[in-house]
Amino acid sequence: MRKFVGFGLAAVLAFSLTACGGGSSTDATTAAPAADNETAADNKDSEASAPAAEGGSFKLGVIGPLTGPAAAYGIAVQNGVDLAVKEINAAGGVNGATLEMNSQDDEHDPEKSVNAYNTLKDWNMQMLVGAVTSKPCIAVAAETANDNLFQITPSGSAVECAAPENVFRVCFADPAQGTASAQYIGDHKLGTKIAIIYDSSTEYSSGIREAFVAEAANHGLEIVADEAFTADTNTDFSVQLDKAKDAGAELVFLPIYYQEASVILKQASDKEFAPVFFGVDGMDGILSVKNFDTSLAEGVMLLTPFSATEEGSKAFTEAYVAAYGIEPNQFAADAYDAVYAIKAAAEKAGITPEMDASAICDAMKGAMTEISIDGLTGEGMTWDAAGETGKAPKAVKIVNGVYEMQ
Amino acid sequence: MNKNKVRMRNGITYGIVVGCWILVQIMDQTGHMTSLLKGILVPLCMYSILAISLNLTVGILGELSLGHAGFMCVGAFAGAFFTKCMENTFPNLQLRFFLAILIGAAVAGVCGILIGIPVLRLKGDYLAIVTLAFGEIIKNLINVMYIGLDKSGFHFSIKDTMSLGMDETGVVIIKGAQGITGTPKASTFFIAVLLLLLTLFIVLNLINSRTGRAIMSIRDNRIAAESIGINITKYKLMAFSISAALAGVAGVLYAHNLSTLAATPKNFGYNMSIIILVFVVLGGLGNIRGSMIAAVVLTLLPELLRGLNDYRMLIYAIVLIVMMLFNSSPKAIEIRSVFIERIKKKKEAAAKEAA
Repeated sequence: MRKFVGFGLAAVLAFSLTACGGGSSTDATTAAPAADNETAADNKDSEASAPAAEGGSFKLGVIGPLTGPAAAYGIAVQNGVDLAVKEINAAGGVNGATLEMNSQDDEHDPEKSVNAYNTLKDWNMQMLVGAVTSKPCIAVAAETANDNLFQITPSGSAVECAAPENVFRVCFADPAQGTASAQYIGDHKLGTKIAIIYDSSTEYSSGIREAFVAEAANHGLEIVADEAFTADTNTDFSVQLDKAKDAGAELVFLPIYYQEASVILKQASDKEFAPVFFGVDGMDGILSVKNFDTSLAEGVMLLTPFSATEEGSKAFTEAYVAAYGIEPNQFAADAYDAVYAIKAAAEKAGITPEMDASAICDAMKGAMTEISIDGLTGEGMTWDAAGETGKAPKAVKIVNGVYEMQ
Repeated sequence: MNKNKVRMRNGITYGIVVGCWILVQIMDQTGHMTSLLKGILVPLCMYSILAISLNLTVGILGELSLGHAGFMCVGAFAGAFFTKCMENTFPNLQLRFFLAILIGAAVAGVCGILIGIPVLRLKGDYLAIVTLAFGEIIKNLINVMYIGLDKSGFHFSIKDTMSLGMDETGVVIIKGAQGITGTPKASTFFIAVLLLLLTLFIVLNLINSRTGRAIMSIRDNRIAAESIGINITKYKLMAFSISAALAGVAGVLYAHNLSTLAATPKNFGYNMSIIILVFVVLGGLGNIRGSMIAAVVLTLLPELLRGLNDYRMLIYAIVLIVMMLFNSSPKAIEIRSVFIERIKKKKEAAAKEAA
């Protein structure tokens, strides 16, 4: 009896293994390892000649959380890339070649993101947009560095995400946001007694806070309260707010996501505590929180790379809403810029779809540092060889329920 | 006769692992391996080790443990911590990885004993809940831990990296919620298969030894076992800590397969413990080979279903339900046995005709 079950499962296993191998064997003949490059190129030519006579297509992979609690970010990136790809293809493509996109789910898990990456490799991906979230991005970056495949992450903000030289990023690194916030507060004299409320259980929040604290002293800012919460205690902030109030804070720095920030704003107003609230890009989205009285967010300031109501992003916002039925957020904008950065660099480097991923990566690495694009998340965006973007952070203030550029 | 049967059954189990390894080598040589499959080989071995080790606690010892991911977490962090801070002492990666595996196993094993002493006095549901809590405690402890290393030694803090107070040569090794970043990728399929075979060897030999029979007698009838002089605490603790140590080995494999290691609810939370338990239950309580195969099938399945996009996890869940029913529902077992009888009869009839 047991033996039968064992054999049955073994058969299933063997079948799935061979099915996997079988499926790949057809792929393997159409293209792949560097060994049979010639046949690969031949096959690709014959394959691509039918739809795009101009010269094939670049294969663009996307990795992000499409399911699970972080799905909102992954789907926004997927949509942003999709929109940019469609626009570029309609306008004649890159170097006469079209872009082709394939997005894979990583469930916001480093292990799954490597699986997603390998799936895309089987699809013969040539360039990667992703991963969307920091931890998976670090895991994938180690893999792309190993394979020498060009990667640009729209939103992986942890420092290590862009550590390999083949990885570039569109958003700011976490410490850069903390430093920029301290500079901005100091330069604009928004207050000298600062309280910080941050989430010690996410690297995003603790990373920004650390850089902020390190930079604050250089700008004459005094940190009077430095209070942490964790993902398990993110529903009540009265203790942290009381401490900030008792310490006489003039400004409360909130390097956190908007859900928690909305609770803090509500509780602060109940306590009649009204300092300046200053957030970073995670605060973007506070006006869309359900059952949140947006009048409480009046006067809140935040550093954000993107605002949907801004003049420069009107066309993008309209096209995005028409295509996907929701307002774009900064993740979508970052992804959209990432694709245009790839386009600019690809044109500069003069790459063609026949080149293999490693050759494309070598050409793109150099070209990325020479381009400058006007994107949704910044004007005159440039990249250095370390993969970091050089763009000025934008600060906005919420006035009458909309963002007002400062 | 019984001994031969056991030997035969264990031989088949080892044979399946070695056979799979040979199959993979052949497929690799002939270019039939996809990148996905290559990338998932180490996790497959890792989950198999986890399933086998949990089966020792749940199937053989008969105690429900929901904290298996906690032991895996301890092993992963101990191993990765070692490879990170001994980078200069042992430049050879293979040697460092080997030592890391031993350390991961030892630390997880010690944790198993420490947790086991108070916890194994409990039974059934109570034990399950306490082990569940243990897993969560481990995860949360690691999430607030900051450990740095500079020339004057280790620095420890539970606040942030600045309060470590290191000099300019300092390197932060464990960085709170960000965990350990930049672990070298040392796990290979060959090492993973060796570890899997070693795990099988330990567990199968344990089961078929005097000790194993003592452990199973505790499961089957505690009072009877006690009355014939079996030291319940000793054997319980032994099974529990071996199971924990093997989970620690799997954790080290996990840590050295990815360049980033953080204790998130996804990889070391109770969800993971439950997934491992699902492997064990689907494979059959006490059935080592079954739990191994179940781990492989259930890990491969979501990846093979990637083509279905959004419906992937839905289909995965349905397949899981169907497999559970097929494997364990009384009706399915009845149908299956009727089916087997029929085949046997046919064979006999064919043999008679031939005669």
